[in-house]
Amino acid sequence: MQLSREALLQAYRQMKTIRMFEDRLHDEIALGEIAGFTHLYAGQEACAVGVCEHLDAQDFIISTHRGHGHCIAKGCDVVDMMKEIYGSSEGLCKGKSGSMHIADVTRGMLGANGIVGAGAPIAVGAGITAKGTGNVSIAFSGDGACNQGTTFEAMNMAVVLKLPVIFVFENNHYSEHTGESYAVGAESMTVRAAAFGMKAIKANGIDFFSVYEGMREVIDYCKAGNGPASIELDTERFFGHFEGDPQRYRGKGELDRLREERDCLKVFRTKVTEAKLLEGADLDRLDDEVTALIDRAVAESKTATRPTADHVLEDVYISY
Amino acid sequence: MKMIRDVIRDTIDEEMARDDSVIMLGEDIVGGMGSPGGPEAIGGIWGTSGGLWAKYGSDRVIDTPISESAIIGAAAGASLTGKRAIAEIMFADFIGVCMDQIWNQVAKFRYMFGGKTKCPIVIRMPYGAGYNAAPQHSQSIHAMVTAMPGLKVVMPSTAADTKGLLAQAIRDDDPVIFLEHKALYGVKGEVPDGDYLIPFGHARQVTQGDDVTILATGMMVGFAEKAAAQLAQDGIGCDLLDLRTTSPLDEEAILDSVERTGRLLIVDESPPRCSFATDLSALVAQKAFSSLRAPIEMITGPHSPVPFARELETAYLPSPEKIVAAAVKAMSYRRG
Repeated sequence: MQLSREALLQAYRQMKTIRMFEDRLHDEIALGEIAGFTHLYAGQEACAVGVCEHLDAQDFIISTHRGHGHCIAKGCDVVDMMKEIYGSSEGLCKGKSGSMHIADVTRGMLGANGIVGAGAPIAVGAGITAKGTGNVSIAFSGDGACNQGTTFEAMNMAVVLKLPVIFVFENNHYSEHTGESYAVGAESMTVRAAAFGMKAIKANGIDFFSVYEGMREVIDYCKAGNGPASIELDTERFFGHFEGDPQRYRGKGELDRLREERDCLKVFRTKVTEAKLLEGADLDRLDDEVTALIDRAVAESKTATRPTADHVLEDVYISY
Repeated sequence: MKMIRDVIRDTIDEEMARDDSVIMLGEDIVGGMGSPGGPEAIGGIWGTSGGLWAKYGSDRVIDTPISESAIIGAAAGASLTGKRAIAEIMFADFIGVCMDQIWNQVAKFRYMFGGKTKCPIVIRMPYGAGYNAAPQHSQSIHAMVTAMPGLKVVMPSTAADTKGLLAQAIRDDDPVIFLEHKALYGVKGEVPDGDYLIPFGHARQVTQGDDVTILATGMMVGFAEKAAAQLAQDGIGCDLLDLRTTSPLDEEAILDSVERTGRLLIVDESPPRCSFATDLSALVAQKAFSSLRAPIEMITGPHSPVPFARELETAYLPSPEKIVAAAVKAMSYRRG
């Protein structure tokens, strides 16, 4: 662990922001406050943050339908994101994207994406832009998207064109409602990625430090001009595929066990306090700070301006 | 005089020279990569990219594996992040392989991201019948992309228009589907020198006449021109409009013409249902109903795939003769 105190606090702040953002959305959705389909990222925070803490605004990421965590980790404005999910015209995408397509290209966030497997090819294109600049392009995919042909095409093309693209596979063990052991024919995503001819490693997706170190390795590899790389992160999701999912595919007591034994925030707190890198009180202060931020985001979203019918035809080049 | 295939290459060359952010991607656009013949052994199977790799290098003229989804996705990602990508799909028929990237990604970014971003991508697709290329290499797919909000759709028919519309497409900030009729690649025409742009949504008046309006695009413009010449000999004046772009659509030119002639022929080489022809029919029926003096005539392919054999493909396609017959029918119509 070579991270500064500031870097550790920032990593925790980001992970906690994602957790509280998602937990709060879970509650608000249950109250009927939010329309549409929402896929929560809680449980996987160490992945998004462990990856994005290496990046700046000139690096690119593309996300998935479970995208809130990636957006926050890449620096999207949390209040504007919440407003977007509430469907306000003040939202980050003016109420046009909702939860599933939040983007902020100015921050190198090329969008959450409602189509499983659509992101990897787009990340290849951002890799074309990044090539030779010292920046990288990251494709977040899950254990579902790893089975899409588009992901295969993207991996091959990135190798052929020797692009600085990193394929991050967050294996939360469920593609929607189907277990990874059933749907992923290969032994692992890592074996598969390696077969495409790229450096492919694994890291522990519930341990921020493992993700962070693994990412350092693959980023260094990419930045040295070796072409793409892949990292598979073993992680967990704490909610359903979508909000409202009864999760009958889960084992008995599974979620309680995951929250007890495989919570990346608990793992982080234990590690940094036992190693005396941070005090518990430091983290508690951040908890309060993040609570206030999420409270404000929700309060502002509930009173934010609603779009009107004339906004439907805003940002189309022509209508008939 | 220049062949349309050379106009395409030269226009891309001019735009790449003018703007460093312009890049090109596609299968075999360099050709010969990794082969004994070496790079540029092919220069694009249509001859539309010869010499560009030698001039601009592998970072700007990117020869890709056969991976249509990744080609469009890569072009989209590059265009979202500061490039202007020209992607070539070798045959328009292959659009099915990469439809998600076109329909759900490229077409929607600007709107879905709240108007805060642009995706200046040109997707070039050779299309159309006339090569006896059989059902999977002969189709005209313009109706399907015209139906998708967020895409601009261009179908040039002359060498000069090819230059002006392609340069406009490359400089446009929205995604453009640029449809090149395969049977027109070898057609020659005069081309203006230097910067030449044709704004989208402006039809070209090919012939003027007061009796029948004919709407056409791509290869159908030449067919309609032949028909109009023959009809002129018989004293029937045709107002032939080459629509150039199916979206945006020059509604004003269409409606002005129909209001003058009262008769409408639509020539379209794709099947007739849910098509560009039915779309134009609906437009005129809605907005120029009282001007019509005869039923609208659609000269289209039948509701079938494009067949292979010469006799069958010829029967499938509209022809000058079919257009003449439809015009005569419209002229002879008497309200019951």
